[in-house]
Formats: sequence, structure tokens, C-alpha cells
Amino acid sequence: MKKEEMRIPKLVIDALDWLEDLKDVEEIELENVTIDVKNGIIEISAPTLLPAMIEREEIMKPEIKIPEYVPFSHEWPNSIEEIQLGATKEEGGTRKKIFRIGGETGMPFYPGSEMKNRPLVTFDVFDMPPPLPKAIREHFEDVMEDPVAWARRGLELGANLVTIHLVSTDPRTMNRAPEEAAETVRELLDNIDVPIVIGGSGNPEKDPLVLEACARTAKGERCILASATLDIDYERIAKAAIENNHVVLAWTSIDINQQKELNRKLLNLGLRRDQLVMDPTTAVLGYGIEYTISVMQRMRLEGLRGDKEISFPMSSGTTNAWGAREAWMKREDWGDRMLRGPLWETITGITMLLCGVDLFMMLHPRSVQTLQNVIDQLSKIAEKGVEYENWVTM
Amino acid sequence: MARKSPLEVYKMLPGDNCGECGEETCMAFASKLIDRDAKIEDCPRLKGKKKEKLIEYLTPPVREVKIGDRTIGGEEVIYRHELTYFNPTAYFVAISDNDPSLEERARKVKSFVMERFKTDLKFDGIAIRNKSGDPEIFKEAVEKVMEIEMPMILCSFNPEVIERALEVSSQKRPLIYGAIDENLEEMCALATNYECPLAVISSDLRKLWELSTIATGSGVPSIVLDPVTDSLNMRGTLNRIVEIRHQAIEKRADPFRWPILGVPAASWLVEGNGYWEEAVTAAILQNRFVDAMILNTIETWAILPLLTLRQNIYTDPRFPARVEPGVREIGSPNDESPVLLTTNFALTYYAVEGDVEGKLDCYIIVADTEGLAVEPSIAGGKLRASDVAEIIKENKLEERVKHKKLIIPGAAARMRGDLEDSTGWEVLVGPKDSSGIVDFVEKHWKK
Repeated sequence: MKKEEMRIPKLVIDALDWLEDLKDVEEIELENVTIDVKNGIIEISAPTLLPAMIEREEIMKPEIKIPEYVPFSHEWPNSIEEIQLGATKEEGGTRKKIFRIGGETGMPFYPGSEMKNRPLVTFDVFDMPPPLPKAIREHFEDVMEDPVAWARRGLELGANLVTIHLVSTDPRTMNRAPEEAAETVRELLDNIDVPIVIGGSGNPEKDPLVLEACARTAKGERCILASATLDIDYERIAKAAIENNHVVLAWTSIDINQQKELNRKLLNLGLRRDQLVMDPTTAVLGYGIEYTISVMQRMRLEGLRGDKEISFPMSSGTTNAWGAREAWMKREDWGDRMLRGPLWETITGITMLLCGVDLFMMLHPRSVQTLQNVIDQLSKIAEKGVEYENWVTM
Repeated sequence: MARKSPLEVYKMLPGDNCGECGEETCMAFASKLIDRDAKIEDCPRLKGKKKEKLIEYLTPPVREVKIGDRTIGGEEVIYRHELTYFNPTAYFVAISDNDPSLEERARKVKSFVMERFKTDLKFDGIAIRNKSGDPEIFKEAVEKVMEIEMPMILCSFNPEVIERALEVSSQKRPLIYGAIDENLEEMCALATNYECPLAVISSDLRKLWELSTIATGSGVPSIVLDPVTDSLNMRGTLNRIVEIRHQAIEKRADPFRWPILGVPAASWLVEGNGYWEEAVTAAILQNRFVDAMILNTIETWAILPLLTLRQNIYTDPRFPARVEPGVREIGSPNDESPVLLTTNFALTYYAVEGDVEGKLDCYIIVADTEGLAVEPSIAGGKLRASDVAEIIKENKLEERVKHKKLIIPGAAARMRGDLEDSTGWEVLVGPKDSSGIVDFVEKHWKK
């Protein structure tokens, strides 16, 4: 007989277990049982018991007891810092619209955790035309020489804020002076009424000087200065923010300890807690986004658990998605890149949103609009839903 | 949730180191059990109560369920950094039973494959919808799909329709979709008699809890929970999913210790929604614990980012994605072949390797950037010119090539001066994306 065929019925196993349990029992009382001894063999029979049990099971279905349902309660001792972006005339700025981000008391869009402030999208604008994928370029070709027109277009398309990337200050491009960059910022502030993010070129020597000059020009406006990192002169950036009432974006590379170190250093310089937003680096979908997912989730969890060094709102360079070749490359077997690209940015954004990001730097109009829709949908429970079962027959 | 301990498992094993399981000691066997590299049945001496206790201890908070030969569920943690996720979300494509191109569509689902980093991204199965309402048409559709040999979900709320299909397909262990309040008793009987998993469906968590309890109580072997993917109420949908998973993992609440099914295909119920909205719904669910999904889409532009996201999320964080630093030979390079530089972040390295393999004979210097990609390693100072010089020296590259020219990634352009100083080589700044390397070499190398 093959091994698989030697199935022992569960009843027998149960009986054996039962006998095993009886091992240490000294006395058993049996009711309604006859014991026959024939030729030295003991036969035990309980003629009426077994049929009676089976019969009863057939007649009365076993009563299934429903255990009590106790909802899970998500409670956290700490909340995330709340940061105001932009300042009105009364507050020392000139913004007609201001926003707040952060203030979360739980994990993003979890039951019972209301998002105190709606996450926001800030639209990427550059002070000189950068090389952009076709899917994006076609929407902005006519305004790429004019940051103000480009910013207005972005706001019309559904963004809440604007980020001006001062790439022309890089010595490898146009090497514009910090003062020239500051003029661009002033012009932008004079022509739009929402808060702005001021971004450098990524040049480690130049950026602190550029951000400092812009911070002075934009004194009192509560702009975000992007970004302070550990390996540049973050002290200069922090001081510019303190003296001129701005917010600092603290950027690290997917490392919770590095983020804590930078936050600590910035706060020790006198930056107030309501002047700090973190950018833990958005690795792209397909190229390490799982590292960002885990580092952001850990940061948010530790912040909510009470670690005040990490309990700040988060920003995501969602535009990084366009660095993935799957977002821009023309390939028949990957499907239409005019849809694939914006979906790549959208899904990168959705993933970050569900990890707790409060501010999204984005580029493609459809990605911006879709993410805004998702944020709206996830912000409240709807009264009326779909007729769900119909999906099977639709 | 406390992590399982080998010592706890060891206590439940016979402890006589008999070796019959193939391991030298019971302790070694205990470790393998925890890592899911061994099965309880491998120990022939384990019996009775002790065995039951061990099974209970080792069963993950979210039980595993098999649909066909595809396992779903089996998760132990809420967040992947707490351990890892185990069974990637299974993607089922919906096909209606009266679709004239049913077989063609099914074959497309089966043959769909995209390679990313040595892994094939594929669909996992087919969900057959009883759009016709007719048991015979449904049965015939199921028979046709069976020829494709993929895991199946049978979608109908009519027990007669399901039974007709189960008569021909139950040995394939399809998921029965599904049980609602109105058909619960009949569906439970079918799932029990045909020994197939059963989906229970409700947007009311207390009702879902009840359906699951009654189903298991009446003998259904395994359950899949569908808390309703409602495109008009995605917040409600997420709240339910999050609640179910916390009940299972944090409280081991039995009725919810089953895999969760999401149905982005249901987003088409909302007027005006299409492939884009379905992909967005799927992306939301992919970020929130869902163990299996039913979609309509087989559009590549929509499915590629989703399967990529799945691949990312289910990467085991316990193993850092790094490759060994050093020098790799691609193809059969000679002393005139180009030398490229990249980092030891696995995804970066494989992208570069994939772009040159079969097209270019060359050497790749893999710098130790502690597993960071090019841009972050430069931002974080992890790509060091002195390390690159060291690798060149250690691997005697100056004896292997005659030219002393190094092509670096476009994103590493600002390292050029440093690299030239440290290595004494001429540094060429290559393209930003490694897909352009072959073109670059053709233009700039063979002069």
C-alpha cells in the first residue's frame, strides 16, 4: 500500500489522543457500556451511544457561535508637527492664499485617523527650459521660457503651490548670480498669490548662497527653501530661514538616522519646529521605491509613537518618476508612453501618499489631477456606494 | 506581534535529534520551520496534541489559501520593514463567459510576460464572470479556460451556476466567488462538498465577520475576504481593509485571518471610468495589504507599473539589494573594450548589465556605494573616486586594457574631475540613462 493511501480517519486520531489523555487517569466510569470477555480478549461495546450521536448531528446542525466583534483601535501618543506655508499681509507676507500641512494623529487614511490638513501638490517650474520627456513638454512648450506663465498654467491645471527650480544658477549651465535668481523669485511672488517652494540647482557650493539671497528677497513669505542636506552649508540655509521666516526642506537619502541627525542639527541652530519639512528621498517606482516606502513608514510610525526628532511632515519629489525609463521610453511592447509616463508618476505619488507624504512635487497635468482626485476621495467616507454585485454581470 | 522564536518551536518538537527530517538537530529543523523552508510533516515523530499546538503556532496570522496552485495570504506583519511580505498579490484578469473572444483573451493573459531584473512579471489567473446568467454557457467557458491551465475564480452568485462549473473543475481548486448573505448556506455547502476555497463578500465588516464565521463553522476549508472595492467610497474601502488586516495580525481575530481580495474591475461600475481609473484603484489596493485582485485590464501601459509596484513591495527587505563590488566582464572583452562605471545597488547594476549584454563586449566597474543608486550615492558621498582607483588597481585593469578611458554615468558628471585625479584615467561622461550606453559607445569610442 502506498503511503498516501494510508490516511487515518480523524476520528481514529481523536480517539488515540483521547486514550493518550486517559493515560494518567486512575478510574473511569462507564455508562451504558457492556464489557465482554471471550477467550481472554476484552470487547467493549456501547451499542446505543454511537448511532444516537450521529443521529443528533444530522437533525440539529451544530450551532455556530459568532464571536464578539471588537473594532481595532489605533491610538498614538504623539502627533505630526503642523506647518504653515505662505504668510498673509497681516502675518508679514503678501500671500492671498496660505496652506497648512501635517498635524496627523494617525497613519495615513487609517480608520479613525482624520487628515487634519489635506496633502498638497506643488507644481515644478524651472527658470530655464530643462530637457523634459515629450509627454510633459507638449503641455508647456509655449510657456517654458516664462516661469510666471508656466506657474500660472500649473495652478490652472490643479496644483496648489508652485516650486521654482533655479537651475540656471548652476555654474555648469548659465551660472546666474544669486541676486538674479532672487529677482526671478520676486517676480513670481508678485504675480501669483499662492505660497512657493524655492529650489536650487543641486550645486552643493552655490545652493546655500542662492537660497540665502532668495530668502532675503522673499522675507516674511514663509516659502520652503529646498533643500538643506548634511553635506552642504545647511547652517547658512537654516539661518536664512530663521531671519526671514521661511520653512526648510531637510533632504536626506533614504536613511532614518541621517534624517534625525539633520533635523537635530537644524533645530539646534534655532530653527523652530514649525519651520521644518522632511524629504527622505523618493526613489522611483521600479528603482527602489520599496526603500522609500519602508523608510517613510518607519519615520511616520516613530513620529507618532513619540520620537520628536522625526515627527515632521514629509515632502516627495514625485517628479523623480520620470527618471525611470519605463516612464518615457518609446517601446511598442510597453504600450502607449503618453499614458504610461503619467501613470508612472501617478502611481509613484499614490504610493507616497499612502506612506504619509504631505507635499508632492509633480509635473504632468494628468498625474496632478489624478492625485488630487485620489486625495479628495480618501479624505472622506462617502454616503453612497456602488451596486457592487453588478460587476459580475456588467 | 512578537516574532516567532526557534526556541519556542524547539520545545514543541520531540527533541531527540533523530535526523529523519533531514536536519541534524531538532533545533535546526525548528529554524527551517520558521523560515518556511521545511514542513511540519517532515517530522514523522510529531503527533497528537503537540503537533496541533505546533501547527497553530506556525500558522501565520493571515492563513495561506491556495487557488489552483497559487498560494495567497500567509502574511505575518502589517509593514514590510517589520519582517517581509511573503506571497505577492495574485492578479486575476476578468473574462465574461459569453465573450466571443474568450479563448483569445485567455491565451493573451496566459502568455503575457514582461521581464524586469531577471524576474518575469505575469498574471496569476483568470476570473470567469457569469455575465450570461446561464449555467451551461458558464460551464463551457470554464472548460475552455481550464485548457489554459491557470488558477481560476468562478464568479456568480447563483449556486446552480457555480455547481455546474464545479462538477467539471473542482479538482483545479478554483475560488468560488462568492457567498453573500442571500446564498450563504448553498455556497458553503458547495465549497465544503467540492473542497474549494470560498470568497465571502460584504461592505459591512460585522456582516463579513459573521459570513466568515458561519462558512468555516459549516466546514468550508478556506476563505477569502472581499470587503468590497467601492470606487465611490475608496476611503471606506481602505478603512475596511486596514481594519481586517489589523484584526488578523495584531489580535489574531479568527474570522479575519484570511487573505483579502480586491476588485479594481468593479471600478468600471462608475460611469466614465476606464483603464486609467482601474489602474489607479489597483495601485491604491496594492499599497494596502490586498492579497489577490481581479482586473479587467490587459493594457500593457497600465499593467506594467502595477506589476512593477508589486515586485517592489514584495522584495524581501532582509536581503539588501546589492551586488558584489569589483569588475565584471560582459561578453568577451579584449584590451580595446570600453570600461564602464556603475554602483553596486542591485537594480542599478542589473539595469546597466541588461542594457549592454549581448550588444557590447565591455568591462563594468561596480563601485561599493553601500547599495545606493548613482544619484543618491553622489548626493550622499558614497561614490568615492579613491574607491574606483582602488578597484582598477586590485583588478589589474591597466594590464587588461590598453586605453585608460572610463565611461561614467551621466548622473555622476560632477565626479569627473575627482575621478580623473584619483585614477589618472581619461573620464568620459556617458548618457543619463544606461539604455543609451550602446549608442554612446558607437559614437564616442570607436574613433
